[in-house]
Amino acid sequence: MEFTEQQLQRYSRHIILPEVGGRGQAKIIDAKVVIVGAGGLGCPVGYYLTAAGVGTIGLIDNDVVEISNLQRQIAHSVNTIGMLKVESAEKTFKALNPDVNIIAHKVRISKDNILDIIKDYDIVVDGSDNFPTRYLVNDACVMAKKPLVSGAILKFEGQVTTVIPGEGHCYRCLFEEPPPAGLVPSCQEAGVLGVLTGVVGSLQATEVLKLILGKGDPLKNSLLVYDALKTTFRKVKVPKNPNCAICGEHPSITELIDYNEGYCSLP
Amino acid sequence: MPEKRIDIRGLVCPYTFVKAKLAIESMEIGQVLEILLDNEEASRSIPISMTEHGQKVLNVVKINDADWVLSIRKEKE
Ligand SMILES: [Zn+2]
Repeated sequence: MEFTEQQLQRYSRHIILPEVGGRGQAKIIDAKVVIVGAGGLGCPVGYYLTAAGVGTIGLIDNDVVEISNLQRQIAHSVNTIGMLKVESAEKTFKALNPDVNIIAHKVRISKDNILDIIKDYDIVVDGSDNFPTRYLVNDACVMAKKPLVSGAILKFEGQVTTVIPGEGHCYRCLFEEPPPAGLVPSCQEAGVLGVLTGVVGSLQATEVLKLILGKGDPLKNSLLVYDALKTTFRKVKVPKNPNCAICGEHPSITELIDYNEGYCSLP
Repeated sequence: MPEKRIDIRGLVCPYTFVKAKLAIESMEIGQVLEILLDNEEASRSIPISMTEHGQKVLNVVKINDADWVLSIRKEKE
């Protein structure tokens, strides 16, 4: 592709990397990535992918910005309180890089709309804040064969994993079922160090760019666990489970499930 | 005879290398790129970077008080 002078300048630090170059940057510009959740994780993921020049970024969320979000959700501000998060984030991302096409999906993701939304994208990022959505996104990505970069945070710990359907493990190979709602921390207990969302979201954005470029080793068949208090990263092997209910040889889950709510939302 | 020539006089780092790299990317392996430039630092850094990226630097010639011509053969995609 032919870059404009502005693009040459904006992306020069990418282009001069041997692993990226003009061709890699063109792949980034052609890529379509959808992010589930415009909250704690969706903000940094979307922000960095916008800066990187990902051509089309979808954001799925139906919440509005509240002041309690601002401790970690860096795309929003006091000026956008009360606004839909997808619109608030779109405004911020557009200011950073107007070339990026932001598509705001102002819906609550469910088994009835997820496949229809993700079909137009190359890669799915899960930045959702609850178990029902995490399993729904995993199952939908396995069914639709879309690579998924999943992230989760709680208190001082973050996790990232990359699901490449047909090649590696999936979220259910790791944890078969969502935990019972009663075992998940209640809202009062579910604190998070705000900056943790930046660490995990940046790792997710990095995984997305590697998938677009086809460079390096994605977190396939592995889970990266970050402990902010100890300052440690652990990479845990996650073998693909041949009996997995969704990605196994004889899947028992053949249609999407909306698990009951009753979980606390956080990021 | 080079297959491609670019004139990057007036440019500074990193755009000197950005232009040179994009030119090389657009060429076939075995073809030669000739770069005309007037940035002294780039006359040293482009050959180093091109070598690091796996390309072959054939020649670095100072052609007058201000300008250099580099010849680079594409060895690697
Ligand atoms: Zn699985």
